[in-house]
Amino acid sequence: MPEIAEKEVLTPQIVRLKVIAPDIAKKRRPGQFVILRVDKRGERIPLTIVDSDPREGTVTIVFQVVGKTTHMLSQLERGDKILDFAGPLGKPTEIEQFGTVVVVGGGIGTAVAFPIAKGMKEAGNRVIAIVGARSKDLLVLEHEIAAVSDEIVVTTDDGSYKRPGLVTEPLKEYLDRGEVDQVVAIGPVPMMRAVSELTKSYGVKTLVSLNPIMVDGTGMCGACRVAVGGKTRFACVDGPEFDGHEVDFEDLTMRLTAYREHEKQSYNQYLEYHKDK
Amino acid sequence: MDEKAKKKTLRPDRVPVGERSPLERVEDFREVPLGYTLDQAKDEADRCLNCKKRPCKRGCPVGIDCGGFVDRVSKGDIRGAVKLVKEKNLLPAITGRVCPQADQCEGPCLVGKKGASIGIGNLERFVSDWERKHGEVLPDKAPPTGMSVGIVGSGPSGLTVAADLIQLGYGVTIYEALHEPGGVLIYGIPEFRLPKAIVSEQIDGLRRLGVEIKLNQIIGKTLTVDEMLEMHDAVFIGVGAGAPIFMDIPGENLIGVYSANEYLTRSNLMRAYSFPEWDTPMFLGKRIAVIGGGNVAMDSARTALRLGADEVVLIYRRSLEEMPSRDEEIRHAEEEGLRFELLKSPTRIIGNGSGRVTSIELISMELGEPDASGRRRPIPVAGSEQIVEVDTVIMAIGQQPNPMIAATTPGLKTDKQGYIVVDKETMATTKEGVYAGGDIAGFGASVIRAMGDGRKAALAIQDYLVSKNTPDRESAS
Ligand SMILES: Cc1cc2nc3c(=O)[nH]c(=O)nc-3n(C[C@H](O)[C@H](O)[C@H](O)COP(=O)(O)OP(=O)(O)OC[C@H]3O[C@@H](n4cnc5c(N)ncnc54)[C@H](O)[C@@H]3O)c2cc1C
Ligand SMILES: Cc1cc2nc3c(=O)[nH]c(=O)nc-3n(C[C@H](O)[C@H](O)[C@H](O)COP(=O)(O)OP(=O)(O)OC[C@H]3O[C@@H](n4cnc5c(N)ncnc54)[C@H](O)[C@@H]3O)c2cc1C
Ligand code: SF4
Ligand code: FES
Repeated sequence: MPEIAEKEVLTPQIVRLKVIAPDIAKKRRPGQFVILRVDKRGERIPLTIVDSDPREGTVTIVFQVVGKTTHMLSQLERGDKILDFAGPLGKPTEIEQFGTVVVVGGGIGTAVAFPIAKGMKEAGNRVIAIVGARSKDLLVLEHEIAAVSDEIVVTTDDGSYKRPGLVTEPLKEYLDRGEVDQVVAIGPVPMMRAVSELTKSYGVKTLVSLNPIMVDGTGMCGACRVAVGGKTRFACVDGPEFDGHEVDFEDLTMRLTAYREHEKQSYNQYLEYHKDK
Repeated sequence: MDEKAKKKTLRPDRVPVGERSPLERVEDFREVPLGYTLDQAKDEADRCLNCKKRPCKRGCPVGIDCGGFVDRVSKGDIRGAVKLVKEKNLLPAITGRVCPQADQCEGPCLVGKKGASIGIGNLERFVSDWERKHGEVLPDKAPPTGMSVGIVGSGPSGLTVAADLIQLGYGVTIYEALHEPGGVLIYGIPEFRLPKAIVSEQIDGLRRLGVEIKLNQIIGKTLTVDEMLEMHDAVFIGVGAGAPIFMDIPGENLIGVYSANEYLTRSNLMRAYSFPEWDTPMFLGKRIAVIGGGNVAMDSARTALRLGADEVVLIYRRSLEEMPSRDEEIRHAEEEGLRFELLKSPTRIIGNGSGRVTSIELISMELGEPDASGRRRPIPVAGSEQIVEVDTVIMAIGQQPNPMIAATTPGLKTDKQGYIVVDKETMATTKEGVYAGGDIAGFGASVIRAMGDGRKAALAIQDYLVSKNTPDRESAS
């Protein structure tokens, strides 16, 4: 069972864990994820591998507490073990020398975008990071992503930090200057949708990373199916990255709501139970 | 007919097996048949003519001497019966429950010509249950060879290869992608037909023999087959054909549409039927349509009935006679209240504003000329569309190979549909030292067939490893 080597609480809701998993560390490339389980009755959840150190044999995950499983994971400490930890899953990001790449990260999506920015930089691209969050205390990995980018713009919806507004505004300015060869956008579905619609009018290729509900993560169940270019694709094996101009975001938004009620019930029951203890 | 057979008076009817009543059993996930008692088993076994020709043995894909073990049961030598079965099949508690016996050993049984064939499946189940109660009959183990074999997948084919090779003195490591071993036996076939405790016990038996099982190892991702070859002297691939097939009709992405794989995985592997005690949720529909006619469709339908659906309809495009599911499952499902819509096929799934399924449109079919499978081809009847109100649709129309291994293993040849190409006798693939079997080899999908492939592969792997490690004479002298 993989052991937690380091734990860091980034914001009250966002945690970073470094996990000892040498096989995965050796294989993993940017864009890939793991599926983990915390408890023997637990759900399998996907989390992006944010970074890895093959020499040390560790991988890093960063996650936001949004429900029962992420909550339980956030309760683990250094030295604790994660019951099941499988990967690396999904297709790695296609990293080439494109020229100038704008990497847009929204909320926890910045954690998912970080390894891609790093990979793009290592491949010799000029990397511009645009990182957004609802407010300052939801912003993560600003310094990490700044360190692998040539330029960085930070926005907050409520204006509590740096530039007020949405990530699409600075992106539009870069697009208007005609310097952008490729865009990678990762974050909440409405943000990825807005970015894709914007870049489409400029004809700039845009990759988005989709986060449908998954079970096995190996192409066995079809829970993660998404509509891309009029075809059904399985995000766990055909993605999670797809051409943003082809993705049917409406379909994705709809499928993500499938278990809303169940998720609430499960989490509330869990919180209720632990309140008494 | 030989002497002994002639002397016996033929009893045409089977000793019936106790079954839980349909009304009681649809309320839970416990097993349906209760199994024979010792007396019942002896009584049933006593009907066997112990005929010399043994058509039953030839009907068994792995050549179990059925008449032989049945004879031992009739004499009360149950331990001896277990031994005889286990010479050919190490997992009888599983096959006794899931084999299509009517098409295999019981099909050609001589008694069947005059009445009901001997209940070989029930007797196989009886002897294996007896063994579980009275202590395992452990096979002998050869001295260690110092060599090891890596196995991909812990379904019946992989487990058989492991069992055979460990006894021959090879080190065995199984690499399994999921967090529980057993393959379809765990995530596919439901508890009420094959209790998980039985599968776990059989797997624990292998562990006791020394088989190592590594979970959460996705071959093609965590490790490649080439890397396995660096750690082991040979590799067996038994990954099944697990990728679900959808129909490509409008509405398949609506909420409430499941592949049978997802539906059964959520229920079996993730125990969603115990939500919220177990974390994985599942949409518990009230009116459910299951598309398909095989074991997978039947298992999905019977699971849905147990999850509290008011009505479950099975939609199959041919007629009852063509239905590939085991006869017992069709009977059990009917008793439990499954409704059949035969000679119908879905054309689209209809949803509401929030993307949830509300109904399904079907079209009637008529049977035309026989197709490649020898069954009459269903042809849609123009203008016969009809709407059925449902809130859940389960697609159980088949599975196909997952390309993950093939795409990451240079030198491994697959056919057009993605099945791994193997030699029928040795299960050797086109890559040296790599063997494959079970559903991924594409000769049909059954537990016993997968085990048969596993046995052949184990023998061939032994031959390969012996010859690889015997310095040939000329260079030695
Ligand atoms: C390929 C991939 C990579 C991901 N990487 C990260 C990551 O690096 N960091 C991170 O914090 N999150 C990531 N996610 C999302 C993460 O998997 C979910 O937040 C997690 O499953 C929630 O589990 P839970 O039990 O805590 O919450 P639940 O109670 O199950 O759900 C709570 C909320 O999360 C949403 N949710 C549930 N399951 C998923 C899911 N599979 N994907 C997205 N949202 C979901 C629900 O709609 C609900 O609003 C990723 C998702 C995918 C598919
Ligand atoms: C619902 C259902 C009901 C059935 N009912 C019956 C029945 O009543 N009677 C009958 O005879 N047959 C039945 N079958 C068919 C039978 O179960 C299969 O033919 C049989 O299980 C195939 O065995 P296998 O060894 O090929 O692999 P499987 O049982 O398919 O197992 C393959 C294993 O390999 C693992 N795996 C896959 N890819 C990888 C990878 N890349 N790395 C590591 N591990 C991997 C999988 O997780 C799985 O555990 C049924 C099938 C289903 C789905
Ligand atoms: S089981 Fe049937 S076929 Fe086999 S020996 Fe007995 S009577 Fe003959
Ligand atoms: S998560 Fe099951 S197929 Fe993708």
